Amino acid sequence: MKVLVTVKRVVDYNVKVRAKSDGTGPELGNVKMSINPFCEIAVEEAVRLKEAGVATEVVIVSVGDKSCQEQIRSALALGADRGIHVEAEGSLQPLAIAKLLEAVVDREEPELIIMGKQSIDGDNNQTGQMLAALTGRPQGTFASKLDIADGKAQVIREIDGGLQTVSLALPAIVTTDLRLNEPRYASLPNIMKAKRKPLDTLTASELGVDTVSKVTLVSAEPPATRQAGIKVASVSELVEKLKNEAKVI
Amino acid sequence: MSILIVAEHDNASLKAATLNTVTAASEIGGDIHILVAGSDCQAAADAAASVAGVSKVLVADNAAYGHQLAENLAPLVAEVAGDYSHVLAPATTSGKNLMPRVAALLDVDQVSDIIAVVSADTFKRPIYAGNVIATVKNEEAIKVITVRGAAFDASAAEGGSAEQTNVGAAHDAGISSFVGEEVAKSDRPELTAAKVVVSGGRGMQNGDNFALLEAIADKVGGAVGASRAAVDAGFVPNDMQVGQTGKIVAPELYVAVGISGAIQHLAGMKDSKVIVAINKDEDAPIFQVADYGLVADLFEALPELSEQL
Repeated sequence: MKVLVTVKRVVDYNVKVRAKSDGTGPELGNVKMSINPFCEIAVEEAVRLKEAGVATEVVIVSVGDKSCQEQIRSALALGADRGIHVEAEGSLQPLAIAKLLEAVVDREEPELIIMGKQSIDGDNNQTGQMLAALTGRPQGTFASKLDIADGKAQVIREIDGGLQTVSLALPAIVTTDLRLNEPRYASLPNIMKAKRKPLDTLTASELGVDTVSKVTLVSAEPPATRQAGIKVASVSELVEKLKNEAKVI
Repeated sequence: MSILIVAEHDNASLKAATLNTVTAASEIGGDIHILVAGSDCQAAADAAASVAGVSKVLVADNAAYGHQLAENLAPLVAEVAGDYSHVLAPATTSGKNLMPRVAALLDVDQVSDIIAVVSADTFKRPIYAGNVIATVKNEEAIKVITVRGAAFDASAAEGGSAEQTNVGAAHDAGISSFVGEEVAKSDRPELTAAKVVVSGGRGMQNGDNFALLEAIADKVGGAVGASRAAVDAGFVPNDMQVGQTGKIVAPELYVAVGISGAIQHLAGMKDSKVIVAINKDEDAPIFQVADYGLVADLFEALPELSEQL
């Protein structure tokens, strides 16, 4: 079966992003960009399905400006077969991205779509669920285990109290949680090979999707800073401070 | 203007996060209605009817809604939502699973995980792991929003007497089914609602050593949490994880033991009122946010702390 995997280009998770001093948004000049960690897990899962003989083709799709082709190439180097870049400028809300992906899904007709549960920039945790709604497909969100058998996807989901298992009719959409797998690193020969893999480009207007959103950023500010704390010398001093100064125990 | 809250419940009682969402709704202003959709959920509906500030409880009692599968629940919420200006749910795994599906069915954008209400259409929410607070304006006709429980006080669970009505057709999409559930057992308070949280990281070395944290948690009536490192190392189950990708907590007291303080972890706990760090590395980033830091070997400090409490 064909598996479609979405990847997003985001600020590397080790970078501490700050708000711009004029409050117009986050400061993103000259910061390191990478594949969103949850998308990396999605790619890994798809490649493992291919290695297990379950998937026949793994297609990577990314929405954004030209620079996100770099992340598609990285995903191809991890073992995916081909890439689709949906070119769209500006900052897109999850609904617009889901609509663009819906158009790609209509063209590609994958039997399984694997996405990250959230991107670490917007922290929205919406796109997978929205795409599932738009395409009328079942969703297995926050997956920590995925099994494909008999035309169904069995997904173990991480929920607040523990784990939940659901069975989904294929085609289905699965969003990855951190514990689904440990993504591999790309080897140099595979990075070289990935440069020759096919990568198609589509545009939002070609797909007939309006990407204008009614949710807009008004301002961005740093979070309230905490007052500098003190170091205590002993456990008894700590207990004394908590009891008498902070009064929390 | 009226506001619909999708209750989180286990068919028998309301989950605490629903009460925080009621407070967020009251800050937006307007009539507050709660939708309780489930299977044999009358007890949860009665609990919702007695929440202070709620004027109406909509009950959708059907086997299809028993396990809160988004495929069945989302069409119901979208059907009911037409009469409302706002549809809110707690930003728990259940709310996060359901609400974007509802928003897409309504063809509106969603605002996730709000931490403050500026006005009826403007909200604050953290982005980039809480390193930036964004103020966003939502001009959709129906505003679909999830609410961070830790950012709003809980509304009183008693004192209300809302009327109850049955709503909605039974939606069974038939494309997903519930297979089973494995719920971690704990006698301690729920992590997201606890007044004190004692968390351990990689420095705990193994799962057995978490007993040291449990001893302290039990003395102060707190919950035990963990960093992603401790979960990934298999010390404790993953529903104990505090952080950007785990649970967001804001207790009165957060004690971080053997936790370095990575960005991802801080995103889940830096709104705690008082933070205590116990770490033997005096350069650990956790000390930059801790109100009280103790540079010590946790295996010496924890038993001593437990004894003195």
